[in-house]
Amino acid sequence: MSENDLPESELEGRKTERRHYVVGIFWALLLTLAAFALVAADTLPPNPARIAVSILALMQIVVHFRYFLHIDLKQSHRDDLHLILFTALIVFLMAAGTLWILFNLHGRML
Amino acid sequence: MSAARYSYVGLNLREQDAQAEHGAQTLIFGFWIFLMADLVVFALLFATYAAMSVHGVADGPAPAELFSLKMPFIETLVLLLSSFTFGMASLALKYSAKRSSLAAWLLVTGVLGAVFVAMEISDFATYISEDQAPPQRSGFLSAYYLLVGTHGVHVVSGLAWLLVLLVQLAVLGRVREVKLRLLRLALFWHMLDVVWVCIFTFVYLFGASA
Repeated sequence: MSENDLPESELEGRKTERRHYVVGIFWALLLTLAAFALVAADTLPPNPARIAVSILALMQIVVHFRYFLHIDLKQSHRDDLHLILFTALIVFLMAAGTLWILFNLHGRML
Repeated sequence: MSAARYSYVGLNLREQDAQAEHGAQTLIFGFWIFLMADLVVFALLFATYAAMSVHGVADGPAPAELFSLKMPFIETLVLLLSSFTFGMASLALKYSAKRSSLAAWLLVTGVLGAVFVAMEISDFATYISEDQAPPQRSGFLSAYYLLVGTHGVHVVSGLAWLLVLLVQLAVLGRVREVKLRLLRLALFWHMLDVVWVCIFTFVYLFGASA
């Protein structure tokens, strides 16, 4: 077994990192199920349901970044975190700005 | 747990792969910049879709009439699972000296990705032939096919990349270049899953909850 060639510390690291992925897929599946169940059950009116699934999606995105893309708050990851947060800001400005303008325009054309 | 070991984001190679670490930081960071630029493209497609799905229905079907939850749900599970199997492949890359377990996990990931693409194509075919909802029928449909199709094209390119890397793995073995390419493909693959989370939420779940 090639696994046995690994020193003790590496075996430990492998176990920890496998756990990391398992926890990630567990949360991702749970949040996916919750979002689909919420809409399929059709108990909430449209707007609260949409806010709820948006929050679930945001939580799932954080789970993906944390457990699959290995982004965390470690000091050595700060450059990447800054890049991601800046992109999030740009994405928010462009998406929210586009929607604001287009919906406003639509309202004025009625 | 030294700082050098965690020198870049993503699953780092082991310390004895020091040769592989050399220059890896720049490569991986550069790839992150590409991924973030790609996210900006998707953000604008999402914004267009959000406006079009409300105001651009014209005489075509509305999102609520067109979408059912069953197919998107299965597609989501398939893609999530493929992200997990790619994670297992990354672990095999990092810890297992055996080439076979790495290749096996990559193959499973590829098969799941292909199943996802096949389901998406069958979705599109059903919408176009049975629901009379081709892209040219309304602004909503144009934006829908553009957004979901762009994600699908990304998955197809990921699959092509995966195949090329499997061939490289077989021919060249686990050399530094191939390892670093696999690390970058892993980031790409996981990022596509993040985009899909937004698609199933803002396209399918928003559409069905109207």
